[in-house]
Amino acid sequence: MKKVKKWYDYLWILTPVYLALGFFNILFAWLGLVAFFTPLLISIFGGGKAYCNKYCARGQLFQLLGTKFKLSRNKPCPKWLYSKGFRYGFLTFFMIMFIQMLYNTYLVFGGASDLKQVVTLLWTFKLPWNFAYTTEVSPWIAQFSFGFYSVMMTSTILGLITMFLFKPRTWCVYCPMGTMTQGICKLKYRNKDI
Amino acid sequence: MKKAVIDEKNCVACGCCARVCPRNAIIIHRGVTAKVEHSVCISCGMCVRSCPASLIKMEETV
Ligand code: SF4
Ligand code: SF4
Ligand code: SF4
Repeated sequence: MKKVKKWYDYLWILTPVYLALGFFNILFAWLGLVAFFTPLLISIFGGGKAYCNKYCARGQLFQLLGTKFKLSRNKPCPKWLYSKGFRYGFLTFFMIMFIQMLYNTYLVFGGASDLKQVVTLLWTFKLPWNFAYTTEVSPWIAQFSFGFYSVMMTSTILGLITMFLFKPRTWCVYCPMGTMTQGICKLKYRNKDI
Repeated sequence: MKKAVIDEKNCVACGCCARVCPRNAIIIHRGVTAKVEHSVCISCGMCVRSCPASLIKMEETV
């Protein structure tokens, strides 16, 4: 019994396309904001977790790599990974790093620091990325691109690691966007019978 | 007959289970948790394998 594929079952392609575009021109990183605001808007306006459940390119990519391409050991993840403490803790950490990235962009905007053409992986490893800075724009616009692309790369790498170690979509257990959208739904429907 | 039972307290509402269920017996209720409609569940176990948090068990239900 195979399920009929819908148009949105092919959205996984957007993840590799997005990451690849960042190698050619870092300014494409701005497109990633769609993947940041869409899920939040959907859950704020009553669509629940439709983004995760149907449209998210990243979830689909992990599913595909983990099942069709057998890149997952398919083992259960440790219990703490889906504990509230870890999920909200990781969300908090992620947001702090995100705000720091915005602050760096602000510093460049105000002229207090210079544009750094690097992509930072896992908040630690800095890769020179000047080859993808080909269109001259205001330095802060470029700084945000490098910062946001770093966030996207980092989360993809974490997702790939846990995909391999555990189940294909283990990333979805602690994904900050997933935790945030579920949190919004929980708040929104706190008086309703769940 | 054994049916899919979800640990709703820990469910992250990712929707992996609903995606694979051949009978569409699972819905993600209000974006908070997955719920199984037991009258539709055919006990195939697809959802059990798909859950990234391993929160689904096949259990005897009344
Ligand atoms: S939890 Fe994150 S990666 Fe998974 S489907 Fe939702 S937004 Fe996408
Ligand atoms: S056991 Fe099979 S039919 Fe029942 S809810 Fe899970 S996937 Fe659907
Ligand atoms: S796959 Fe597991 S965690 Fe995801 S919605 Fe289903 S029961 Fe919840």
